[in-house]
Amino acid sequence: MTMRAVLQHLYLVGAASVLTMIFGSILGVAAYLYKSLRGGVLWLVDVLQTIPVLALLGVIMIFFGATSTTVIIGIVLYSLLPMVRNTYIGLEGVDPAIKEAAQGMGMTKWQRLLKIELPLAFPIIFTGIRIAVVTSIGIAVFGAVVGGGGLGSTINRAILIQDMGTLMQATFALMGMAMFFDFGMSYIEKRLQSR
Amino acid sequence: MITFTNVSKKYDEITVVDELNLSIEDGEFVILIGPSGCGKTTTLKMINKLIEMDKGEIHIDDKNISDINGDELRREIGYVIQQIGLFPNLTIKENILVVPRLLKWKEEKCDKRVHELLELVGMPYEENAMKYPNELSGGQQQRIGVLRALAGEPPIILMDEPFGALDPVTRESLQDELKVLQKKLHKTIIFVTHDMEEALKMADKIVFMSDGKILQVASPEEMLANPADSLITDFMGRHAVTTEEQYHDLTCKEVMFKELIFVSETEKPLEVASKIKKSDHDMAVIVDENAAPKGVVTLDLIKQFQQADKKIVEIADTEVEKVSENKLAKDAFNQMIKDNKNYLLVMDDKNKVTGLITRDVITNSLARLVWGDMDWAL
Ligand SMILES: Nc1ncnc2c1ncn2[C@@H]1O[C@H](COP(=O)(O)OP(=O)(O)OP(=O)(O)O)[C@@H](O)[C@H]1O
Ligand SMILES: [Mg+2]
Repeated sequence: MTMRAVLQHLYLVGAASVLTMIFGSILGVAAYLYKSLRGGVLWLVDVLQTIPVLALLGVIMIFFGATSTTVIIGIVLYSLLPMVRNTYIGLEGVDPAIKEAAQGMGMTKWQRLLKIELPLAFPIIFTGIRIAVVTSIGIAVFGAVVGGGGLGSTINRAILIQDMGTLMQATFALMGMAMFFDFGMSYIEKRLQSR
Repeated sequence: MITFTNVSKKYDEITVVDELNLSIEDGEFVILIGPSGCGKTTTLKMINKLIEMDKGEIHIDDKNISDINGDELRREIGYVIQQIGLFPNLTIKENILVVPRLLKWKEEKCDKRVHELLELVGMPYEENAMKYPNELSGGQQQRIGVLRALAGEPPIILMDEPFGALDPVTRESLQDELKVLQKKLHKTIIFVTHDMEEALKMADKIVFMSDGKILQVASPEEMLANPADSLITDFMGRHAVTTEEQYHDLTCKEVMFKELIFVSETEKPLEVASKIKKSDHDMAVIVDENAAPKGVVTLDLIKQFQQADKKIVEIADTEVEKVSENKLAKDAFNQMIKDNKNYLLVMDDKNKVTGLITRDVITNSLARLVWGDMDWAL
């Protein structure tokens, strides 16, 4: 196992997470603001998660070939659900009295969203980010199948040549990575919620 | 001035505000009251367009509010709700400054405004401005809620049961503060409540609603004296035990203030003033050594004649009218109003003073007529 594989894995996860956060929050906000979009958006991200990862990657590969782009897109589509859902639920869950006060003060829809509703929903949105990140660490492993590299490739090769040592190392690296992000982000989450 | 002209609001064919006509003068404290679901909140929120009316027009001064953008309109109208709704992610200062910032005030003006507002409710800037709402008590939070509504200097403030969730003691002190603020700042306040006691205490004008319609618009005194509908009587008299007949039979003895302060003729004004200040009243009765009344002295009188060396009897009002304990209270009230007196001494048959009837006593008795016997301190 090389450090390169670990870094590559982190790159896939990082890039995908950033994109998930961007698209997930946009979709979540859209579902919150526009009733007409709500059903469609929430249904779509739900359905995406029911598609088997390998099938999803296969389909994306048709367009983007066996590249890390394909893996990143796959991870994003797969981890959108927690991000979108938590953004929507977080915004929806802000105390109606606070929303009414904000509106009653004369804040526009966007001022309310940016200054009041998103900051108040942030702890829940952050939980969505954590779930998305941890999920994508696992999903990135499948990236090896479509030539995305990362720890998935290391594991694949180790299985082929029956190299137990490398297999164990790669597995522990993955577990460590997942646990690091999970615990670290849970800690931040607790801090956010206790505010 | 705010005018409602034939304003109606429906929710799925159910009319919740029905052809409402109402006008509210500048600087008036108007209370909307009525049973739950009668349309008070709906009426209030149509003024700042949080709810759009279906029919009719509302004018503020001579502008039709349907011609004004909702967000802009709301920046010019203060709004206070029962749930307070301070923004938990903002400090007290930032909460207060929401509207001034929306109105793009200069930073110095904002700063000055926060100082001045916090001062107004006796919450020092240094101690409170940088706190977050959850560090304040409920009463303090709603004070900030009121300040937030005042911050942008709106001429009109809408309040929907603002003190409904507070404990009685806090509620009462906020009521008192609001009344003082309103007098001082000369704001037009439209205030929703379902507490008649609050309405009578605060309002210049009470609007009684039922089923989306106005049953009566009247001053508190007038509504107490002449309720236009049996529903209003019920509403005011929820705890009533005294019937009108009993009221007509009440004697002076039954309505008078009994806890009098007696002072002797020779006492010095300052001693008397301090005795009066320690009591709940603002006057004392002067008696001679035989307990016969010589006059009445009020704090105001003492203040007017600040001559410490005089005897109290020299500055007292010695021309006080007297009535017998057994006289009917309503006759005593009539006499007082006819002679334009502020108080009467009540005497027993041995010519001893036993009580005092003041203007407050009249109000209390009137209140007792509709509420029954409760401690109605004005
Ligand atoms: N969004 C809504 N959809 C349907 N009906 C509504 C809606 N809002 C209010 N109503 C109904 O309109 C009527 C008037 O409501 P409103 O809130 O104005 O009453 P209220 O006098 O303020 O009552 P309360 O004293 O309980 O606050 C009620 O019967 C209520 O159920
Ligand atoms: Mg209401």
